[in-house]
Amino acid sequence: MKTSYAFALAGAALVVLALAPMFIPEYWTGVLLGMTGYVTLATAWALFSGPTRYVSLATVAFFGVGAYTVAVLNEVMPYPLVLLCAAGIGMVMALVVGLSTLRLAGVYFVIFTFGLAELVRQTVSWWEVNVTYTMGRYVFLPFEGRHIYWQLLALAALTFLIAWAMGRSRIGLALKALGDDETVASHAGVDVTRIKLLLFVISSTIITLVGAIQAPRWTYIEPSIVFNPTVSFMTLIMALLGGAMRLWGPLVGAVPLFLLFEWLSVSFPDHFSIILGLLFILIVFVMPNGVLAKIDDLRKGGRA
Amino acid sequence: MKTSFSEAIRSARRLTTCAAAALLVATGTIGASAQERDKVTIGYAISKSGPNAGGADMTVTPNYELWIEEVNAAGGLKLPDGSQLPIEVIAYDDRSSAEEVVRAVERLATQDEVDFILPPWGTGFNLAVAPLMAKFGYPHLAGAAVTDKAPEFVKRWDTSYWFMGGSVDYVDAFTEILVAEREAGRINDKIAMVSVADGFGIDLVKAARPSFEEAGFDISYDKTFPPETSDFATILSEAANSEADTFVAFSYPPHTFALTKQAKVASFSPPVFYLGVGAGFPVYPNIAGGSVEGVMSLGGIDPNNELNSTYRAKHEEVIGRAPDYWGSVLIYASLQMLEQTIERVGLDKQAIAEELSTGTFSTVLGEETRLEDNQLRAINWVGQWQDGQFVAVSPEGGNGLAAVKLPKPDWE
Amino acid sequence: MLEHVVNGLVLGGTYALVAMGLTIQYGIARIMNLSFGDTIIAACFATYVLFTSLSISPILALLILVPSGYALSNVVYRVIMKPLVARAPDEGALEVDSILVTFGLLFVIQGILLYLFGGGYTSYSFFNTPINVLGTVVAGNRLLALVLSLMIGAALVIILFRTRWGMILRAVALAPKSAPLFGIDTDRAARTAFAIGGAIAATGGVVISMFQTFTATAGVVFTMKALIVVILGGKGSVPGAIVAGLLLGLVETFVAAYVDPGLTLAAVYTVFLLLLLVRPNGIFGKA
Repeated sequence: MKTSYAFALAGAALVVLALAPMFIPEYWTGVLLGMTGYVTLATAWALFSGPTRYVSLATVAFFGVGAYTVAVLNEVMPYPLVLLCAAGIGMVMALVVGLSTLRLAGVYFVIFTFGLAELVRQTVSWWEVNVTYTMGRYVFLPFEGRHIYWQLLALAALTFLIAWAMGRSRIGLALKALGDDETVASHAGVDVTRIKLLLFVISSTIITLVGAIQAPRWTYIEPSIVFNPTVSFMTLIMALLGGAMRLWGPLVGAVPLFLLFEWLSVSFPDHFSIILGLLFILIVFVMPNGVLAKIDDLRKGGRA
Repeated sequence: MKTSFSEAIRSARRLTTCAAAALLVATGTIGASAQERDKVTIGYAISKSGPNAGGADMTVTPNYELWIEEVNAAGGLKLPDGSQLPIEVIAYDDRSSAEEVVRAVERLATQDEVDFILPPWGTGFNLAVAPLMAKFGYPHLAGAAVTDKAPEFVKRWDTSYWFMGGSVDYVDAFTEILVAEREAGRINDKIAMVSVADGFGIDLVKAARPSFEEAGFDISYDKTFPPETSDFATILSEAANSEADTFVAFSYPPHTFALTKQAKVASFSPPVFYLGVGAGFPVYPNIAGGSVEGVMSLGGIDPNNELNSTYRAKHEEVIGRAPDYWGSVLIYASLQMLEQTIERVGLDKQAIAEELSTGTFSTVLGEETRLEDNQLRAINWVGQWQDGQFVAVSPEGGNGLAAVKLPKPDWE
Repeated sequence: MLEHVVNGLVLGGTYALVAMGLTIQYGIARIMNLSFGDTIIAACFATYVLFTSLSISPILALLILVPSGYALSNVVYRVIMKPLVARAPDEGALEVDSILVTFGLLFVIQGILLYLFGGGYTSYSFFNTPINVLGTVVAGNRLLALVLSLMIGAALVIILFRTRWGMILRAVALAPKSAPLFGIDTDRAARTAFAIGGAIAATGGVVISMFQTFTATAGVVFTMKALIVVILGGKGSVPGAIVAGLLLGLVETFVAAYVDPGLTLAAVYTVFLLLLLVRPNGIFGKA
């Protein structure tokens, strides 16, 4: 398909989505908001974890830091500056973490990133309790659901643009090599570490911004609210379900899963966990490589 | 790219239709106009799962269920014209996530279009939904939320009502008891204090430090611990080493239970032993494994108040277990106030908000319960286990309060 | 000083106990079991029901629940894990699959517990008697956890290193691909290892329920603590799990005593992250 055609289509979809809050009830704006948040998180996550195959559970560490930055700074500086600060903090944190951990592999990286999220949460708690003597901060910004939604939508579009540009650039080629075989890639002159670090920093900065943008929605913020490990797990599951190696994979995973969660919590509030768990097991058995791969398989099967 | 995208849109649309349809089936109320109403819908989102479920399941949810069952058993909510309408409930699980609770309230307000929304559990979640409740015009009866900022919040959201007081209230009442005990020569002027590192613990400890120090106490041990802590042996031994006669822990139930068990093992029994949430649960003596005579905490009841005893008996009968001795009765009272308001002014939210602010109600707390500046102030701040009951206490007693009995006897 | 050592070891005993089950499941059966903590919580609730409604002492409950844990895990392995093991092209794929599928299992167990018992705090009192160890008074139930973990650990080490069965299990852990060439039934070995892990989880649950307050959703806390201990000790290493578990207990206690109780968990994660950077394969791990 032609790139310009695809762009026009994506642009049109974006406009429709942006105008949606004018026509739909408030609740559905909230659903769109939550969904866009997760689409962005999953896409940003896949930006790093897809090509490198590093399964990261540090999502909520960055997400929480973003939200917390807004909580701390929202009363002392204008909002755009707060967002910039959040992005900066996320970037620096990602650099430090990336430099020290990217040589870990496999499950060690998984556990490390989970530990990191908990460490950040514990440290923030301790700092707040013992140094600033405040636990629980208030964010009184004049934003309603749709304002937050528009910001998230813009960030989502930007994330897709970055992911698309990455895929086409020289780095993209290097990434393909990296995903296939890291040793070969490094022998072929690809600076593996630098590329991994670059991806990690970009991905983490976007995740930090998602947290920062969503923070005003909760009014009250404390570590247990913003460093909720569920965020990391949801992001991972959504990206894997759709297929982390493809540009649209995380979107295809995040949208139906998010709506499914929503539907389950409306219709089966008391059996949510059981049904969710069973679905999960089913997904692993039926489409181990993600929805898109499954669709490809079916299509190939249909042709043959 | 195009196909996968349209595929996504299509599946999203399909799921959306599913969800919307399920919603219609689940509630079946949308479209019922005011003239032909045959029921009142009341919705709430509460933590049925996740870390907040323990607190919600003790203090909030059972009281919602009890009240709704009682009202419906009596024929429904009474309206000013004498007619009665049964309550229909829509209950969601917020899964202890702030984003979920916000969206659930949006759903209740704009999709289910319920007549009233009851609040979630916890200070943080009540604050998270407060702007929405105000925006959609629902009176917000914030029950399980302890906050010193309530006077500010009632200005910010003028249809919010706060039923659990602030940290300063709880701490000052306790300090008063400590001062009396010190003057009587029963305790020294040292206090060992620990608190859980989350909103509740820190709010209380922040109020406690100046309150104790102004009263001339020396806080000789002052530490916080992470909410995941399960072992308190070291904390207790350090507290014992600090030679304080008063031990204060602003803790949550898991910590409260562990602190009690480990204090018994270590024979740590200071003259004043004050714990946080959980010490006022009816199961507390069982969990502690025997007598907990003299243990102090927040809340407490007046055992001679018949209204309260009737409420407790009814709670046990309907829910199958007794309510806790602190928050439950306050939540239940807030529901009774809502019920009486509807009987007086009908279902108009604005009228209800005004009546709640200005009216006088007959509740389990007393025949004349009223709010001051949209806040309930007739709260029992300090309680103590005396003869198997967790009673509200003050230094001298009187006015529905028992006299505090200190020093605490040794553990059995 | 000695007091903190005793307290630290007693606390670490609990960690070691639960981590041993996970390390065997992960090291030998190669299943990264995220529902491990929820198995522990299920055992906690089972003990609670046996104790409060049927007045069966938790010690006797061990005799009922440990075999049940073994049997149930055995079934879970046959039904859910075996097809995944069979289809996985390499170890990495199995790792991802097992993480995802046990993540689902976690929700199922949690959902069932929520449905049966609600979300409230559950706790009871048993064997909360003071016992003097080298001048430090510790709770009997907590000491029991340490004693049990040392006993189970010793038994496992003897089985693994002194019996033919143990050799088979170790062979499967080391070289799952070539073990069948020597006539080893890898499926049976992995199943047994997974079931032993389930039995240890049940043991942990029974003991922990005696002193700790639990809720239906608290499982993930245990899984993560156990996971840290497993990774610290080196995957599949029983002695590693015991040493790492006790080490964490000591770190928490010493930080609580000499630094600040507020930093105990931060310290645990710091030690963990640092060790992971220095020795990515754990204390007892193969380089």
